[in-house]
Amino acid sequence: MKKLNLIFEGVGSAIELALRSFASLPTAPRILKRLVEQMFFGGYSSLPIISILSFFIGAVLALQAGITLQSFGMKQIIGTLVSESLVRELGPVMVAILVAGRVASATTAELASMKVYQEVDALITMNIPPERFLVLPRLLAVLFYMPVLTMIAIVIGWLGGAVICYYVQFISVDPAEYFTSVKQFLTVHKLWDGLVKAEIFGFCVILIACNTGLRTKGGPREIGQAVTRSVVLSLITILVLDYFITKAQA
Amino acid sequence: MKKAIIKERTGSDKNPVGVEISSLTKNFDTQHVLRDITLSIKPGEIFVIMGPSGSGKSVLLRQIAGLDLPTSGTVKVEGYDPAVPDTRDRFALALVFQAGALFNSLSVYDNLALYPMEHRLAGKKEIRDRVLRALRILSLEKAAKKFPSELSGGMKKRVAIARALVMEPQLLLYDEPTSELDPVMSATITEIIATLKNEFRVTSVVVSHDRDLALTIADRIAILMRGQLLFVGTPAELKQSTEPAILDFLNPKIDLKNPRYLQLEAT
Repeated sequence: MKKLNLIFEGVGSAIELALRSFASLPTAPRILKRLVEQMFFGGYSSLPIISILSFFIGAVLALQAGITLQSFGMKQIIGTLVSESLVRELGPVMVAILVAGRVASATTAELASMKVYQEVDALITMNIPPERFLVLPRLLAVLFYMPVLTMIAIVIGWLGGAVICYYVQFISVDPAEYFTSVKQFLTVHKLWDGLVKAEIFGFCVILIACNTGLRTKGGPREIGQAVTRSVVLSLITILVLDYFITKAQA
Repeated sequence: MKKAIIKERTGSDKNPVGVEISSLTKNFDTQHVLRDITLSIKPGEIFVIMGPSGSGKSVLLRQIAGLDLPTSGTVKVEGYDPAVPDTRDRFALALVFQAGALFNSLSVYDNLALYPMEHRLAGKKEIRDRVLRALRILSLEKAAKKFPSELSGGMKKRVAIARALVMEPQLLLYDEPTSELDPVMSATITEIIATLKNEFRVTSVVVSHDRDLALTIADRIAILMRGQLLFVGTPAELKQSTEPAILDFLNPKIDLKNPRYLQLEAT
């Protein structure tokens, strides 16, 4: 019962934090600099790791599909399989998990340490709402960079699949044929579904990170615990939401 | 301290504000931290709150700053509840935190410029002048580009005071401003507090263990013990107090044959 109360309390405080943050949207021009900083940190700086991971995920997908489909003589649909998996599922989920691990953990650590070392109190005494100064730039930034990162991850994943199809001898699918297969069942609607998923995942992950950070009390040990809690909660949220969003989009 | 520079102060000539605390009680779960505190701090005075560790001094200061809500009772600054965000801009309040609470990701200059920039109080040039003036007053010109992690404890305290100064406060709260400082730096900070009060006519509330600071600069002193007010009066009245707990607090005797910690354990 106590745990259930804590879950409801956490969800409630996260919703309240989001509402408070967006209430200060009219003052958004004041946070432009911090918005750009967050977009750089969360988006641009995540590009190398996202590129490497999505390349190999695309490659592994193509390899696994190639092993199975070649025995049925259906190698020509490897591209479709890689494309569908990346666009509707793996692209948004993988990027969200990376954002949880890389950006959300850093966000929670930063906000929790600001809370513990009274920097958040200092903001309040200066009559600067922490929601506007600390949370809003992060929430807006993630809404900007999530679709872009997801698109990049999808495209690089396709390329990873193409490389495997071309160079692995027992698959040997021509790139032109592979990309024709990639495009065959790809529609704007499917792409849109994937990007909507990514937006929702990213927003929830950063909201959880900010909320966990700002609710931290205690000292250095609690900061570490907050980071762990934030990442675990984010991963659970991504996977639970993934099921419901996929069901709604089906 | 350069008086001529201090007198350069421009900006709004706000009057100092008073603080009214009425029947204030603060509990954390079952722990009673503040019990029925009623207190009036007059505009423009230096009011020092003293007391042993754990007596609730910092909690009382946080109540005045509006950072915590009371369990019961009221705190009013210029007639407004400092914990209500909507009325917080009716008076200018600044708090100098014990550890400075400087923003680690910002340089000293940016720490000072944050308040006027965020509230769009002036143009960039005017804000720059205001920040540089505060840095000059606290002799911190050379530290402007440094980050808090590069500063000593004394410098952090001075930057925190400079940051408060840029806010042109009507009520300036200090939490243990001389703790962890050497005697010379403690004396310097004490002088700064007195000078700011005299030059800027700001109401100052200082939480401190420092007996010398309190007796030197306070207009009035409150002694807080176990969450209750034991004494409120002038330094002269405090010196004449015959209350055993106050005498023991102000002039503790070290008795190696009958150590105090053993008595604490027995109680």
